[in-house]
Amino acid sequence: MADERRFLSASGVPIALRRRQHSASCRELAVRGPRLQLRSLSAATSAVWLAAYGLFALCENSMVLSAAIFITLIGLIIYLHFVKIDQESLLVIGSLGIQVTSAYASGKESTTFIEMGQVKDVVINEAIHMQKVIYYLCILLQDPEDPQGVSEVVPLFQSSKPRLDCLIEVYKSCQEILEQRKTAPQSS
Amino acid sequence: MVLKVFFPSCCSSADSGILIGRWISEQNSAVILAVVHFPFIPVQVKQYLGEVQRGTKVSVSVLGSWSNSKQEKEESLSEFLEDLGTIFCHEPWIQISKEGDSKFWSCSILQKHSKNPQEEEIILVYYDQRKVMLSHLHPPLDTAGQRAEDASKLSAIFDTVARSQVLFMTDRYDEGPIKLTHWQSDGVEASIIVELLKQASVPACMLLTFLLSLLSGICRSRVLKFWPLSFLWSKLSTCEQLGHRLQHLQVISSNKKAQNQNQLMRKANIFVSLLIDVALGILLMSWLYRKNRIGHLADTLIPVADHVAEELQDLLQWLMGAPAGLKMNRALDQVLGRFFLYHIHLWISYIHLLSPFIEMILWYVGLSACLGLTVALCILSDIIALLTFHIYCFYVYGARLYCLKIYGLSSLWRLFRGKKWNVLRQRVDSCSYDLDQLFIGTLLFTILLFLLPTTALYYLVFTLLRLLVVIVQGLIHLLVDLIDSLPLYSLILRLCRSYRLAAGVKFRVLEQQDGKPLRLLMQINPLSYGGVVQTYRLPTYSCYPRDSWASLCKKLFLGELIYPWKHKGDKQN
Repeated sequence: MADERRFLSASGVPIALRRRQHSASCRELAVRGPRLQLRSLSAATSAVWLAAYGLFALCENSMVLSAAIFITLIGLIIYLHFVKIDQESLLVIGSLGIQVTSAYASGKESTTFIEMGQVKDVVINEAIHMQKVIYYLCILLQDPEDPQGVSEVVPLFQSSKPRLDCLIEVYKSCQEILEQRKTAPQSS
Repeated sequence: MVLKVFFPSCCSSADSGILIGRWISEQNSAVILAVVHFPFIPVQVKQYLGEVQRGTKVSVSVLGSWSNSKQEKEESLSEFLEDLGTIFCHEPWIQISKEGDSKFWSCSILQKHSKNPQEEEIILVYYDQRKVMLSHLHPPLDTAGQRAEDASKLSAIFDTVARSQVLFMTDRYDEGPIKLTHWQSDGVEASIIVELLKQASVPACMLLTFLLSLLSGICRSRVLKFWPLSFLWSKLSTCEQLGHRLQHLQVISSNKKAQNQNQLMRKANIFVSLLIDVALGILLMSWLYRKNRIGHLADTLIPVADHVAEELQDLLQWLMGAPAGLKMNRALDQVLGRFFLYHIHLWISYIHLLSPFIEMILWYVGLSACLGLTVALCILSDIIALLTFHIYCFYVYGARLYCLKIYGLSSLWRLFRGKKWNVLRQRVDSCSYDLDQLFIGTLLFTILLFLLPTTALYYLVFTLLRLLVVIVQGLIHLLVDLIDSLPLYSLILRLCRSYRLAAGVKFRVLEQQDGKPLRLLMQINPLSYGGVVQTYRLPTYSCYPRDSWASLCKKLFLGELIYPWKHKGDKQN
């Protein structure tokens, strides 16, 4: 079962939330941001090359042109591989754990898996980000020594920053699975 | 409750048989290690499992049955498999069956003594047995305070597979009563080169230990402990670096086998680091000795020293005039300037005395670059220190003079205001002075105050020069430290065999079919490069910086001597 809905991010960019239910205790929630636009890429490249031509006209050194090409290529590769996140997904497997994946534009995926024993709860928090107050979803990790305490807060969907309506959908899906572990009989 | 079955992907195409592995009841999960094929005698299977349990301390038992039928499902086979459940009574009894080439298997559980007869959901997790066996989990938190029950679920699974290596030693060419399928059942892997190296390493280690004990005996002998020599050894960074490398060699050549993963990685890192160091050193040496570059270096050394001395003389002439438009006290200026100029003259004569021997000394010293690039860099740093020794001397003279002046000024300032420093109480107390004390004190205060700019200027100039030399030496030492502490073996391992260093796992959801159990693929999530460097960094003998910026500025202002680069053996003052 899969369904896809469109929402807006905190900065007004359109994002899409895709929900898939693999089984009764396994759900995948993916938030996809907009892809790299051709016009912004060409605008950036043209700006850099115009500046390089201007410098070349001033100092008559052709090294400036090759340096500009080099910088553009390297900058693009670095941007695609380390900065631009295309899709952030959350895979909740009841009784195993929660897996957070970020997929970059170059295809690289960075994954973190948090075991269910370490997860205390999944909540929506408020934060002051620059000049705005935004909502964000986060996983609270259990403190091994103190059963009531929280050892760490892991924020989710940091690059796409969905708004509250999208976060509520994700929150409801997660809580349905997390509740199962409370109702299931605990092994002694 | 959800039942998790960890199934090795190598057994997906195995023939029908029974599943053996470990049942972890706290997590309601079964880790399948191998499949035992028909025909077998149950008694022999139990005996074999008992042997394996004793050898590996892992509670291996028969967990269920596996049926891989190429054609339609046979009814008699399924009854036979259920009967097996009564022979190897295990609670719960897992039955997995695969039809033809279908990807979707059916899984069922038989529970005879279950309290709650509800349907349990089953999750089938495939894992790569070889990678999980060889991998080493790096927990982000320190597990020192954790109890055994709190240990993460994943580490229990990794542990189980890693400790069951004995089980994977029998392959299908062995003539035994039990026929197993696991990752090595097609033939046990072994490498001749590795075996030869292992055999050769024992006598090599013994020889190395003997040589090292001789060397350390010589180093510790009384002859080298006399005062001038021991002072020299402690000041030269080359000796420190050589001592550090000697320690490393001792670690590698010790006969004890590494107890755990950390020690093994450390030994391997030290070995690779030494190898690369010596290789780079030999490369440097071959470059230096080709085309007589050493001769050219020696030829340029004296002119460079002369040039530095000339620049210093020009600097002093400038200071003796009106530097930057400031007006100096002529008499003090001349005294200080002439004193330093004579010092430089002495130093130049010294260098010229040594000049015929420089080439030979450099030639022999350059040979020691074969001990490693780090040693060559340390020698460079020591040569710089020796060549700029006069700058160091000037700095010390200037600093001491300035320091005396500052202390004199502060004490006389207190006298000016009618106060005194109480040494007993370590505080400033008021004191009534006699008239002649006050008169002389004020006079001296005025003299010192008006001579302050001259001394301060000399101090400033020589401190800046000294700081320049210190920064250059510091950069060289940073480079040496980097080469010393970089864990090259771990980085190469992370690059080539990334599954060996695991930060965790990642799951991928495979194709699903309604009514069949959830299928997941468990892969190893490798540690990041930054994490590798942080975990396996080799300890070095120096730490920077000794002083914070605030205390450094304070020391500079007061004229105390500064030694910004601290070594671990130095006492804290």
